[in-house]
Amino acid sequence: MAIDFSKDVEHVAKLARLELTTEEKEKMAGQLSDILDTARRIQELNTDAVEPTSHVIEFPATMRDDLVGESLTLNRVLQNAPMREKDFFRVPGIAKNGNDEQ
Amino acid sequence: MKLYQKTVFELSRLMSSREVSSVEVTQSFLDRIEEVEPFVRAFITHTPAMALETASLVDRKRSNGEKLQPLAGVPLAIKDNISTEGLRTTCASKILENYIPPYDATVVEIIKKTGMPLLGKTNMDEFAMGSSTENSAFFTTRNPWDLEKVPGGSSGGSAVAVSTGMAPLALGSDTGGSIRQPASFCGLYGLRPTYGRISRYGLIAFASSLDQIGPFAMNPADCAMLLGLLAGHDPRDSTSYPEKAPDYLSAMENRNDKLKIGILKHNSENGFDPEVKDAVNRMAGLLEKEGFTIDQVELPRTDYGLGAYYLIAPSEASSNLGRYDGVRYGYNGGGDNLENMFSRTRGAGFGPEVKRRIMIGTYALSAGYYDAYYLKAMKVRTLIRQDYKEAFKKFDLIIGPATPTPAFRIGEKADDPLEMYLSDVCNITDALAGVPSLSAPAGMHSNGTPLGLQLTAPPFCEGRLFNVANYIYRNRDPQLPERPAVRFPEGGAE
Repeated sequence: MAIDFSKDVEHVAKLARLELTTEEKEKMAGQLSDILDTARRIQELNTDAVEPTSHVIEFPATMRDDLVGESLTLNRVLQNAPMREKDFFRVPGIAKNGNDEQ
Repeated sequence: MKLYQKTVFELSRLMSSREVSSVEVTQSFLDRIEEVEPFVRAFITHTPAMALETASLVDRKRSNGEKLQPLAGVPLAIKDNISTEGLRTTCASKILENYIPPYDATVVEIIKKTGMPLLGKTNMDEFAMGSSTENSAFFTTRNPWDLEKVPGGSSGGSAVAVSTGMAPLALGSDTGGSIRQPASFCGLYGLRPTYGRISRYGLIAFASSLDQIGPFAMNPADCAMLLGLLAGHDPRDSTSYPEKAPDYLSAMENRNDKLKIGILKHNSENGFDPEVKDAVNRMAGLLEKEGFTIDQVELPRTDYGLGAYYLIAPSEASSNLGRYDGVRYGYNGGGDNLENMFSRTRGAGFGPEVKRRIMIGTYALSAGYYDAYYLKAMKVRTLIRQDYKEAFKKFDLIIGPATPTPAFRIGEKADDPLEMYLSDVCNITDALAGVPSLSAPAGMHSNGTPLGLQLTAPPFCEGRLFNVANYIYRNRDPQLPERPAVRFPEGGAE
């Protein structure tokens, strides 16, 4: 039983903040249906009373000492910023005509 | 024999006895890169000056009588999803095309401290998502055994660099087969260590519960040496194993305990090349002759591994890749508000496969689907782990094919994502279980490309993998070439 993914593509792309062209959406609807059909085969397995595995680590989590260490300098932190202003990452305006200082 | 053709073990010996210098060794690999690289294109970034600088520093230290590590002066190549301070690290993605990491990955820190010259950063499928390197945003790497075929992926560049002698060692990363599958396609050793054995700090995340860094090498000893150097606890990765690494070389040489080996009975062999099965049986026969006990082993629920993996890995990826928003680093697609800047940046910056995985993951994690997809997949993962635990009560090691087929043609599966995913079907469940898994050369297909055997051990038993792989290595057919004779197309590179 195939899932019709075409209705979901738009919604999921919005959730993922992913701009897709019409052509991409059409192609993706078919491909994702196929992939999810295969993935859905896991429904055949009975997993009542099975605990989920989110990681495979069987040793206790190791904590490190809470010590102040060296951090990256601001210039290092900002060196890859697509848009920088002084010591800040620049982004498009968030508030409209508000009383914020911008 | 030229220096680039020698084993790492031999190069290390020659350098410590001062018969050759690290500069000479490094230059030999750089010359080889010049000769072969135009035809296979394994590297995204070349770093010859940096390599020679490290090499001469090591040579100076050695002549000053400083005590050096065995791998000091041995060059290597690193996959381009492992952060190198001040050196472009792209993940083969347009979104990170100009990204310069402000820090080194822990493995890179160790490599620098040891004095291993870095030859360059290798090509891969974008964000390690793929099985052929065709998903690189920049170019496709070619299989040196047959230039019309893929080298496998996602660590295809690293596999090709070592198999052609452009690097004696390389690092890759393996989330669901990305080291073992290209190692099989290119005819060399590729190890996915136990989850937690090598620090992931600085490995650009794809699926955090599955990602592992691991070595490529031409023989088990070289592979063991590099693992030994990199394995260990890292306070910056809380998932890294707190115990020190054992001496893998002596574990490899240990000839006293003859292990019980399970040969994996695949529930479904749909799409498996018959020669693959023959190769596995040949290797099993060889090990039996060496005194190992061989019997069939079943992992009954691993058939569901592919389904579970293609929900878990994309789910984790969709979350990890949320960080590419055009604000702090990477490509920015412009826009007049945050929302459309995010969408444009990601829409233009990611390639098709990365977009598909983000979509699957977002879907599987979204309201109404979480229980049926992601949670269910995590439960199936528990069942798969139980199968391994049961199997390892009876067997010390499991062997099976490393890939269902030898390398396929460039373009053959590019338009069929599901077909592409199936090329990792032998590798995925070991990753879900978190166990160490090694791909070893297992002879040649009649079409002239390599076949691989996958060896799987219980957690933290990498020494056992090297031990058994070394029997295979010592018994290799002397008639078969260890390395491809790269056949240069007439008229030179494209």
